[in-house]
Amino acid sequence: MKIANGSAFWGDSLQASKHLLEQQPDLDFLTLDYLAEFSLSIMAAQKEKDPMLGYAKDFLVVIRSLIPFWKKGLPFKVVANAGGLYPKGCAEACRKILQEEGCEKAIAFVDGDDVLSILKQNECDPLYNHMETKAPLSQVSNRLVAANAYLGAKSIVAALKEGADIVITGRVADPSLTVGPACFHFNWPFDHYDLLAQATVAGHLIECGTQVTGGISCLWEQIEDVANLGFPFVEIEENGAFTITKPRHTGGVVNEQTVKEQLLYEIDDPSRYYSPDVIVSFLNVQLEEKGVNQIYITGAKGSEPTPNFKVSASYKDGFKAEGSLVIIGDHAVHKGRLCGNMIINRTKPKKSLVECIGAGDVVPGVFSRKDAKEIVLRVAAADEKIEVLEQFVKEFAPLVTSGPPGVTGYTTGRPHIRPVFGFWPCLIEKKHIFEKWEML
Amino acid sequence: MAKLKEIAYARSGDKGGQANIGVIAKNQENYEFIKNYLTEEKVKVYFERLNPDAVIRYELPNLYALNFVLKGVLDGGASLSLRTDTQGKALGLAILEMEITNG
Repeated sequence: MKIANGSAFWGDSLQASKHLLEQQPDLDFLTLDYLAEFSLSIMAAQKEKDPMLGYAKDFLVVIRSLIPFWKKGLPFKVVANAGGLYPKGCAEACRKILQEEGCEKAIAFVDGDDVLSILKQNECDPLYNHMETKAPLSQVSNRLVAANAYLGAKSIVAALKEGADIVITGRVADPSLTVGPACFHFNWPFDHYDLLAQATVAGHLIECGTQVTGGISCLWEQIEDVANLGFPFVEIEENGAFTITKPRHTGGVVNEQTVKEQLLYEIDDPSRYYSPDVIVSFLNVQLEEKGVNQIYITGAKGSEPTPNFKVSASYKDGFKAEGSLVIIGDHAVHKGRLCGNMIINRTKPKKSLVECIGAGDVVPGVFSRKDAKEIVLRVAAADEKIEVLEQFVKEFAPLVTSGPPGVTGYTTGRPHIRPVFGFWPCLIEKKHIFEKWEML
Repeated sequence: MAKLKEIAYARSGDKGGQANIGVIAKNQENYEFIKNYLTEEKVKVYFERLNPDAVIRYELPNLYALNFVLKGVLDGGASLSLRTDTQGKALGLAILEMEITNG
């Protein structure tokens, strides 16, 4: 069976899905990923203003672009985490669009990942301590705006078994968007952990879209037609082995290098890659080039998942802003640092940072160019009080007349102040979650 | 002076406040070299100006790869960090600039 990914994050190409169906009409499933770690905090802010929001509206644009393919009779189904904080709302909006265009599809949504009230009511439970810092939840519980458990594939499978053509979820583990369709198609039991492990690796490879077809690869400059990278799909066999590839006649490449780079992306201990469905070991994964842009993958091993789901929660943590100016000429770096410090000393925000981009400050100590004659001075600040930042953002423009010679690049306007959402990763026992799904 | 980029390629990413850097050697000989040369301590010192709390190294001999997890290196990560590179996306190319001495 063939499963493609048409979106790596909220902001990815809106054309990718349409192109995938044009290029590979025999796809069984199209998956779409909209939720980066802090996407749900943005959606929480939206939902606060309007309870009918809280999902990725871009998804509706993609759905509309797929209608012609469904009308042609193509059999593909869609699984997406576009539901965000309001999967039901997203599903209803989706149904409205399909009805307007005279396209009948069975839509299901998955819910139950929202654990905000559980966390707020149990702030002393050590399981809800910050996974990295071990700080207790009570430190931030009154500022929490969202908390969602990463659900697995079970509800996706159940909805597909019930006849859903489109499954819209809230927070699920990204690879589960692929595990669900695979389990459904082959009727794999949930305790065949090696099979789930293979499907999880397949999902991990395609979840970032073009990152496996040449995007951000160390070989990017050698790529043919780099402006038109194909999006990836996997062909999974009943025994779990799969080929990762992309549609023919698209730009980019799928080879041992691009696959290894994506395999290593955002992983911790490779012998224990945690997903809600299974714990995967990458240590016996084997890659084999089966053809041009076709890498065959076997060897992922799985074991029983933990009794917990991972939770990503966010809490309000003040505001931040950043501004920039371009500075050229002799001693540009020195001039830049002086100006950066001037801006900070005038407003004294709680937290601040000066970077001279072009001098090597983005990764200090690695690409240093103290004698750069052209830099971007970037100054960022954060504070609990918005008034401090309101003053901070006004300190850039005066340097146009009072600053060093060679100051330019100020026409982007006064910097924008944004709310900061602190990230709070923790665990929650699966038994507290009531995962559910519903057909519309 | 040779650099790591001649014998390996890399990709970095984030998980909250920590980053990982996957370093993949181009062949088995290069893998044996980086296994000996690219220690946790070397990586921690290389990135010391980003203040990692700890560096943990994992080996994937089946892929000729090492995975380095740099705890606390992202100044709080995506929303909290004030840096340009809040998600550690530049760290992969950065590590490939490391000078390597033979033997």
